[in-house]
Formats: sequence, structure tokens, C-alpha cells
Amino acid sequence: MPPLSERMLDYLPLLATGLWRTVAVTVLALILASALGLVWAMLRSSGRRALELPARYIVEFLRGIPILVVLFYIYFVMPELGLDLTAFQAGVLGLALIYSCYIGETFRGGIAAVDKGQIEAAKSIGMKHRRMMRRIVLPQAFRIALPPYGNNMVMLLKDSSQVSVISVAELTMQGKMLASSTFDNMTVFTMVALLYLCLTIPLNMLMRRVEKRMGAAL
Amino acid sequence: MIRFLNLHKSFGRHEVLTGIDAEVEKGQVVCLIGASGSGKSTMLRCVNGLEDYQKGDILVDGERVDAHAPSIHRIRTRVAMVFQRFNLFPHMTALENVMEGPVQVLREPREEVRARAEEHLRRVGLSDKRDFYPSALSGGQQQRVAIARALAMRPEAILLDEPTSALDPEMVGEVLSVLRDLAQEHMTMLIVTHEIQFAREVASNVFFLDKGRIAEQGLAEQVLVHPQNPRTQDFLRRVRHVM
Ligand SMILES: Nc1ncnc2c1ncn2[C@@H]1O[C@H](COP(=O)(O)OP(=O)(O)O)[C@@H](O)[C@H]1O
Ligand SMILES: [Mg+2]
Repeated sequence: MPPLSERMLDYLPLLATGLWRTVAVTVLALILASALGLVWAMLRSSGRRALELPARYIVEFLRGIPILVVLFYIYFVMPELGLDLTAFQAGVLGLALIYSCYIGETFRGGIAAVDKGQIEAAKSIGMKHRRMMRRIVLPQAFRIALPPYGNNMVMLLKDSSQVSVISVAELTMQGKMLASSTFDNMTVFTMVALLYLCLTIPLNMLMRRVEKRMGAAL
Repeated sequence: MIRFLNLHKSFGRHEVLTGIDAEVEKGQVVCLIGASGSGKSTMLRCVNGLEDYQKGDILVDGERVDAHAPSIHRIRTRVAMVFQRFNLFPHMTALENVMEGPVQVLREPREEVRARAEEHLRRVGLSDKRDFYPSALSGGQQQRVAIARALAMRPEAILLDEPTSALDPEMVGEVLSVLRDLAQEHMTMLIVTHEIQFAREVASNVFFLDKGRIAEQGLAEQVLVHPQNPRTQDFLRRVRHVM
């Protein structure tokens, strides 16, 4: 076997493309999940049962299914129903759907935690529901929801490895293929783990700093 | 200007207001006194629809207050509210707090509103704090910003629910003095307060609320100095005793 440093250099290009794809899946899924999560949270905080109940059922329904099953369903079943997606698209969509539930709960918790006096003050100057949400409630809810949102972000990044089951060649998948062709399990999976840490550790540090700055503004 | 006609309000099966008949006329300062739990806050909150009511009417300039009707938003822009715990928007500076209603709700031009907001902050003695966030202000300063926020809506009347109760004693004076100025300018106000001395000074009329009913009402001097109802006498004796 060639020396360790040489092997690592050999593996790096393949793992780097995997890493890049992991980042792409995560970022796209995060954007979609955040937008959809905001929709769930707004519906569930609307004070109207006709909006609250459907949103609640959808979220509970999705949360009751394992990520892998959702991914299989979107990738293998949806084509039969006429929705043909690439593995990458299906992976992003599946992660986004599942994480929209977690993120929605996070936002909803933030909204519910805003002081009731804030809502009364907003009403007392004549604000209607929407403007009150946009101007008064959400800005405060986001600050409250920021720490759990940061957790969701890191979890999503790690869970993006699940899309390897529908053959998206992200970091975990690349590692598995590399390991099975080189039998160098130890080196390959150590590198994979370290590459994940290269993303999660700075992300955690960033979140802590943002939290601190936001906290100071309140 | 604000009329209560046989107002009844319950929370579930607990009837809190049991037939209120009273009127606050334009330019009057009315102080609402009564023991804790007698329904003072509830009565105030019914006026701008923060609570609904089951029977009777509240009329603001002849228009019936209905917490569930679309008209409530317009009524709220005409009758402002100041809360015991200030409820300033923590993510906005003092100036932004004052500007929020006129700009966002009344849709008035920002520059005009800004000039007026600065004037309101000056009136409550806080020109130098306009760029401070609420968390950097004392309780008394926050409450004065809240009063400026109410004034900025150019309301026809202001409701104040124990505006000095959450304040440290040394800050009560600064808020009361702002309210005294407003009274002198004949701003219509309905003020829930335990400050009997202040009520004697500024109020034209006083309502004494007892167990969800107005047990006695009349000119301030009359109710506070020569109360007729034994319950008013008893209440005033107890409040004075505490002070
Ligand atoms: N949201 C509420 N739900 C149930 N009961 C309430 C609520 N708000 C007030 N009450 C009750 O109504 C009564 C009057 O309360 P309140 O108007 O706050 O009195 P005050 O302001 O005079 O102290 C009290 O018995 C209180 O417990
Ligand atoms: Mg009260």
C-alpha cells in the first residue's frame, strides 16, 4: 500500500465532489424547508381552525414517517404518479419536506413565546393580524427560535447523508464507494467524518456568534 | 365620547363586569379606582376590544365597540392604550416605537411622522433617548416612550391601565408629571390608578368600581373626599392606610 498521505491525496478529489454535493443538498433543502416551515408556523398561529388543523395534520403525518421511507417514496413511487425527479431533486425535496416540520415547530415555538403584551400593544395601535405578524411578532419570534433553528441546520446537514440511499453521490455515498473499491475503510471513513466536522464545527461557532449579537440587541 | 351602557363581561362562568353604566366625556380625565380584582383592567380592555363582552354596549363617539368586527381596528387608532408593563417593541428604538403606528397603520408620510415623533419624545422629556432600545431605558423612561407612542396616533382618548404600578417609587413622579401635562391640555383620558393624591389633582371625575359594578361615581373631589358609599369609604381608608 502507498503511504497514508499519498492515499489521502488520492481520495480527496472524489470526496471533495461528494462534499460539494452535500453542501448543495443541504443548502437547497434548508431554503425550501425554512420557507415551508414558515408557512406551517404561520398557518398554525393564524388563530383560525380552518387553517390550523390541516397544517397540524400535515406536519404530524410527515413527522410520523422515517426519512428513508419519504425518500424512497418520492424517488420510486412518485414517477408512477407522473412526477419524475432526478435523485438529487428527490433528495432535496424529501429532506425539505421532513425538515419543514421540525423548522415549522421551531418557528411556531418562537411565535408562541413572544410576550402576549407585544400582541396587545400591536393591536392597540390598530394593527391587523398580518402586519402585526410581520412587524412585531416574527422579528421577535426569529430571535427566540434562532438557537433551535441552528440545531435544525446542523441536523439537516448530517441527515443529508441519508439521500445516499437513493444514489445521490454526496459525501457519505462517495466514501462508501471509495471504501469498497480500495478496502481502505479506516482512512476513507475517517476522512469522511473529518470533512463533516469541517462543516459542522464552523457552523456551530457561527450560530453561537449570531446568537450573541442578536441577544445583545434585545 | 366613551359610553358604557349596561356592560356585562364574563370569563367563562365568572361574571367580572355586572352592568356598568358610565360616560367619559370629551376632554375629561376620569380616574378609575377600586380594589384589585374588581374589574378595572377588564373594563378598560373592553373599550379597545382587547376583550369582548356579552351584554350591553360600549360606544366610542356613538360607534359600538365590537372586538370581533373589522371596525375594531379603526376604533383602536382613535382610542390609544398605555399598559402597566409598557409593552414597548423591544426590537425597535424609542423613536421607531413612536413612529410605528402612524407609519405602518395610518400610512402617514415617514418624514412627517418622524418630525412629530421627535416632538412627542421631547414632550415626555426623552429627546436624548430617541435612538435607545427599550432594554437600555429605565421603567419610567419606557413608560414615557409608551405614552409618546400613544400620542403619536393622535388619538381622541387614551386609556391607561395602572401606568405607574410597575415602576420603582422614584420613577412614578416623572410619569405622573407627563400625565398632568396631558390633563392640562384636556386630553381625554381614562386612567386606572391607585395614586389617590394624583387622582385628586388631575381627575375631573372618578369612578369607583366594586365587584364589577360602579358603586360610586362623580366629581373627583366628591368621590375621593366625601364618598357617600360605605364601600368607597372603606376602600379609600385602606388605600390611604397603605400609603
Ligand atoms: N383572561 C382572563 N381569564 C379569566 N379571568 C380573568 C381574566 N382576566 C381577568 N380575569 C378575572 O377578572 C377579574 C377582574 O380582573 P381585572 O379586570 O384584571 O381586575 P383589576 O384590574 O381591577 O385588578 C378577576 O377576578 C380576574 O381573576
Ligand atoms: Mg388591573
